[in-house]
Amino acid sequence: MANSEFRLGRIQPAPENFLTDEQIQSVKEGRRDFLRKAFLGASAAMMAPAVARAAGEGDPAILNLPSWTTSLGLPVATHPYGLPSKYERGLVRRESPGLTRVGGSSVSFTPLQGLFGIVTPSGLHFERHHQGWHDIDPSQHRLMINGMVKTNSVFTMDDLMRLPSVSRIHFIECGANTGMEWGNVAVPTVQYSHGMLSCSEFTGVPLKAILDMCGADYKKGRFILAEGADGSSMTRTIPMEMVESGEVLVAYGMNGEMLRPENGYPLRLVVPGVQGVSWVKWLRRIEVGDKPWGAKDEAVHYIDLMPDGQHRQYSSVQECKSVITTPSGGQILLDKGFYNVSGMAWSGRGKITRVDVSTDGGINWRQARLETPVLSKAVTRFNIDWVWDGKPAILQSRAVDDTGFVQPGYGQLRAARGTKSIYHNNAIQSWKVVESGEVSNVQVL
Amino acid sequence: MSRFSKTLMALMVAAAATSFVTPAAAFDRYQGVGRPATAAEVKAWDIDVRPDFVGLPTGKGTVDQGVELWETHCASCHGAFGESNEVFTPLVGGTTLDDIKTGHVKSLVTGSSPQRTTLMKVPTVATLFDYIQRAMPWTAPKSLKPDETYAILAYLLNLADVVPADYELSDQNIREVQERMPNRNGMTTDHGMWPGAPLAKGGLGNGGKPDTKNVACMKDCKKEVQIVSFLPDYAQDAHGNLAEQNRPVGQTRGKQTGEPSAAAGGGTQTAAAAALALAGEKGCMACHGVANKIVGPGYNEILAKYKGQADIETKLIAKLKAGGQGVWGAVPMPPQGHVKDEELKQLVQWILEGAKAQ
Ligand code: HEC
Ligand code: HEC
Repeated sequence: MANSEFRLGRIQPAPENFLTDEQIQSVKEGRRDFLRKAFLGASAAMMAPAVARAAGEGDPAILNLPSWTTSLGLPVATHPYGLPSKYERGLVRRESPGLTRVGGSSVSFTPLQGLFGIVTPSGLHFERHHQGWHDIDPSQHRLMINGMVKTNSVFTMDDLMRLPSVSRIHFIECGANTGMEWGNVAVPTVQYSHGMLSCSEFTGVPLKAILDMCGADYKKGRFILAEGADGSSMTRTIPMEMVESGEVLVAYGMNGEMLRPENGYPLRLVVPGVQGVSWVKWLRRIEVGDKPWGAKDEAVHYIDLMPDGQHRQYSSVQECKSVITTPSGGQILLDKGFYNVSGMAWSGRGKITRVDVSTDGGINWRQARLETPVLSKAVTRFNIDWVWDGKPAILQSRAVDDTGFVQPGYGQLRAARGTKSIYHNNAIQSWKVVESGEVSNVQVL
Repeated sequence: MSRFSKTLMALMVAAAATSFVTPAAAFDRYQGVGRPATAAEVKAWDIDVRPDFVGLPTGKGTVDQGVELWETHCASCHGAFGESNEVFTPLVGGTTLDDIKTGHVKSLVTGSSPQRTTLMKVPTVATLFDYIQRAMPWTAPKSLKPDETYAILAYLLNLADVVPADYELSDQNIREVQERMPNRNGMTTDHGMWPGAPLAKGGLGNGGKPDTKNVACMKDCKKEVQIVSFLPDYAQDAHGNLAEQNRPVGQTRGKQTGEPSAAAGGGTQTAAAAALALAGEKGCMACHGVANKIVGPGYNEILAKYKGQADIETKLIAKLKAGGQGVWGAVPMPPQGHVKDEELKQLVQWILEGAKAQ
């Protein structure tokens, strides 16, 4: 609790108050002259000591009953499919300007800076398409199984949805997540640095059950090819060991409803712990074979360039990684005092066993609380108490998984792989906090 | 039963007889689910070509034929010589005759090529055949015939000096071309990121051995903190106004970078859309539909009743302030005292203009 009697606001006015609605309007109308003044005024206000905004009886937000307390609200089913509050409109998927050239072969990033817990709202799940997306008629969708099987087979959605199903929570991370940061800081916020990450509950059928039905030759057929039904007909090779373990799913459900079209409606592969490109969307075919396929996205992309000029091919696992999402780059702390530092940790090799947090750039560390559930190959939420004394700080998180692997620093990662590999950057992220409360993206060795 | 073809039944019987490793009666277990694929169905979809050329269709095409096809189908996006950086990174460039000898593209080490082109990276020619056949042209994938794919690929390879200008590429000589791919020796699977069996057991890679070894040190882990990179000033607002990309409440706010966008003020709304939003916000929509009665009459019914009547605006505003019943039935409308005069005016005008959404 703050001790000042009428501590109605914060010491620092929230930055969205920099401009009044009228000022915003005049910017739109092309008048900009006042802007400079407005910012000067705002920064002066930020220097000012604590001022109780409404001395006297108390907070107008309490004393003057608001309209929602004194009027009738909206009826049920105003939105037959519910929408977030209009005040949440800033937290949407966004592209990183200049990263790609056409929207049909591009990425939109999940706003991790605003998410809680471990599940990504389906409408905010990141997107990566290679040849645009379609909303496929599920009654016309087919899954074919062929290759080293006894019976080449075809399944309709009706067929697949009749089979015994499982529901599992897993993260999906694009192999290129944090790829822009290999050489240097390139983006301002966690949305762009880590937002090709989502975590959902997926419902579907273990692929093993389907391959069993078709009589797969597990002895010779040690690889499978997954293929999409879109124009790119994305293909990726997946080891049969993962299928046999039962963890690879042919999934139609996501967070209690069907998959969203952007995420592969009506059918996608779920390959826990492996980079998103292998989770083939709009899945139309699985082939069983005795050798990997060297597809475009495993021979031209999703290959990691090493300093000696060799590319690592078939690099698929997303290694242990974590990031603090609050506070994070591009944000401002409004005041000194208590904060709940919160973030996400995940590992493609299993469960998160601990996360440590440093506020001094990695000299000293404290163990964070892991919130339940802690699931294998899923995002784990961590939290830790922090009292900010108003002095510069550098926040970092470092995750450990149940293989004992400790998330590396930039120095270690670059020593092993250089700075040009694009994919699989799982380095410790640093957020610098300065006296004004501004948080920014920095790299620390 | 009806969904099982005779062939499948026969297969199942055969499987049971040879005591297959997997449960032979699998289809049996999930009776009525799935069916065998026909040969034509498999042929229609099984189009992949593996690096060892399994799946390669027969056919042929010359560089000359490729030039023309390229002009028609590919040049608009990739440039006449595969050099364009407009729609995607260049396909060709950065490889040398020496690379063709060694099978290692040198510019990957020296960094002498500004972009990593497709031909600098791809180790296997089959990958290109497979991909062009499956996905290109981007807006009309799977429209090329095998001969056309051979010809286009021949032209692409000629641009990188992998084949001469008078070459005819075919299923017969494509293996020889593989021996000239500039980056054919440029891949390694000696890493820990393959999620299956290691090379030693018929899979790939080193069995999951990681290449970094951090330790979870807790105290005095280093002497000083060295910041090696931060976002340069010019890049601060390259991603738009961060204040608008954060929640307006909570522990933090987003930083203002650049000018607030028009969308932030909501001022791009039309007057009609604003009125509709106001009607929602003030609770009118709980009792009125635009076209239909809910508790009170639909707005369009109100318009139809009073259309062209003088003073109607003032009268309706007065009615809204006071509330009332009897015009439309016994159910009363409560006084709308929480709505400001000018807002009532705005709402009534909107109703009398047809209560449009835009
Ligand atoms: C309408 C624009 C367009 C046309 C026309 C087009 N392409 Fe493409 N091409 C693209 C885009 C976009 C990509 C990247 C797709 C992705 O992200 O997976 C691409 C990728 C490729 C690639 C893989 C490059 C790499 O490094 O991943 C090859 C090879 C290719 N195109 C060849 C062709 C050929 C051959 C044709 C003509 C038959 C053609 N393209 C026509 C837009 C086009
Ligand atoms: C609790 C339900 C309720 C709410 C809320 C409500 N109305 Fe009504 N409204 C009615 C009913 C019932 C009538 C019919 C009254 C009558 O028969 O005279 C009516 C009538 C009207 C009429 C026609 C009056 C006439 O004499 O023909 C207008 C115009 C109108 N409402 C507009 C509004 C507007 C604008 C709002 C929001 C500011 C609003 N109403 C909110 C129930 C409601």
